[in-house]
Amino acid sequence: MVFGRSERRRRSGPAEPVTLKILVAGGFGVGKTTLVGAVSEIRPLRTEERLTEAGRPVDDLHGVEAKSTTTVAMDFGRITVHDELVLYLFGTPGQDRFWFLWDDLAGGALGAVVLADTRRLADSFAAIDYFERRGLPFVVAVNCFDGADRYPAEAVRDALDLDPEVPVLLCDARERESARDVLVAVVEHAMRRGARHPEPALP
Amino acid sequence: MTDQDGRPGPEREQARWFDDEAGPVVRPYAMTRGRTRTAAEGRLDLIALVIAESRAGEPIADQTLSPEHVDIVELCREAPQSVAELAAEFDLPVGVVRVLIGDLLDAGLVHVTRPVPPAELPDAQVLREVIDGLRAL
Ligand SMILES: Nc1nc2c(ncn2[C@@H]2O[C@H](COP(=O)(O)OP(=O)(O)OP(=O)(O)O)[C@@H](O)[C@H]2O)c(=O)[nH]1
Ligand SMILES: [Mg+2]
Repeated sequence: MVFGRSERRRRSGPAEPVTLKILVAGGFGVGKTTLVGAVSEIRPLRTEERLTEAGRPVDDLHGVEAKSTTTVAMDFGRITVHDELVLYLFGTPGQDRFWFLWDDLAGGALGAVVLADTRRLADSFAAIDYFERRGLPFVVAVNCFDGADRYPAEAVRDALDLDPEVPVLLCDARERESARDVLVAVVEHAMRRGARHPEPALP
Repeated sequence: MTDQDGRPGPEREQARWFDDEAGPVVRPYAMTRGRTRTAAEGRLDLIALVIAESRAGEPIADQTLSPEHVDIVELCREAPQSVAELAAEFDLPVGVVRVLIGDLLDAGLVHVTRPVPPAELPDAQVLREVIDGLRAL
């Protein structure tokens, strides 16, 4: 349905679609699923377990009072650039104990967004460390929740001890244009990195 | 609440169906006859596209295939589907879907697009097209 003409499916048909992926990472409840949903042409697909119902220890919900479930697998959205180029967005699990899923998600990714909440900046350390270690290009997007203090991007950069080349943006994960700008920043950053490091980065 | 006849109560049932950490994993692996891996694993990235080798309506004769295998082929005949989309569509763990796709590859019923090699960037032209596509959103 997405790709239209049925000839595309035949082995002898025209070029098959190229698929790319960008990861959306960050701490628990920081707005990953919201950002994916804001730009995706499909409702984010996901596998979710309700942690509280399963009788698990309740996660630290400080600053996310309204939230009662967390994603334990992955959620993803899709943007069809044209019928031969499709971008997938994957929200990574927000909790450290699901890291075993990350390597699967990160393999072959174009780049990543680390969403950060200024009230809980430390929650984004793990994702930043992971992408730095993997050499995967990433940007930090500060999700401007209502009621959170607005810090200039440079203050966030210092607090997170980021490399000068890593873009830092302020965003509202609920706004389509804002989420789109974050993704553009990831692709532009990946392009600059690609131009500077023609050799593939080591994992 | 006591369970007179010894049948597992709803909670027990839940515990068998849902692995605590990783979501529903136990029962779907029955479809794969217990297999958790496939030789095709490395080619089955979440965004690899599964493409049917046949058209809608052509019979699928292979008797070893389960209804889930046939469902996958039929959906892929409508349009190429990523591994992630197939998992979401049929509400199956990605590991199970990978095994099922591996079977379909072996049976010659589908092929998959080449996954992006790890840590390799698509060429600049493709990235420019992505940026233009995003800006047009
Ligand atoms: N005010 C405000 N609320 C937001 C924003 N982004 C997300 N939210 C809300 O914050 C809550 C958590 O957002 P999610 O998108 O579910 O967060 P998540 O990162 O996917 O959460 P996990 O997958 O559980 O880690 C939801 O209730 C959102 O509506 C934002 O920019 N501003
Ligand atoms: Mg989420």
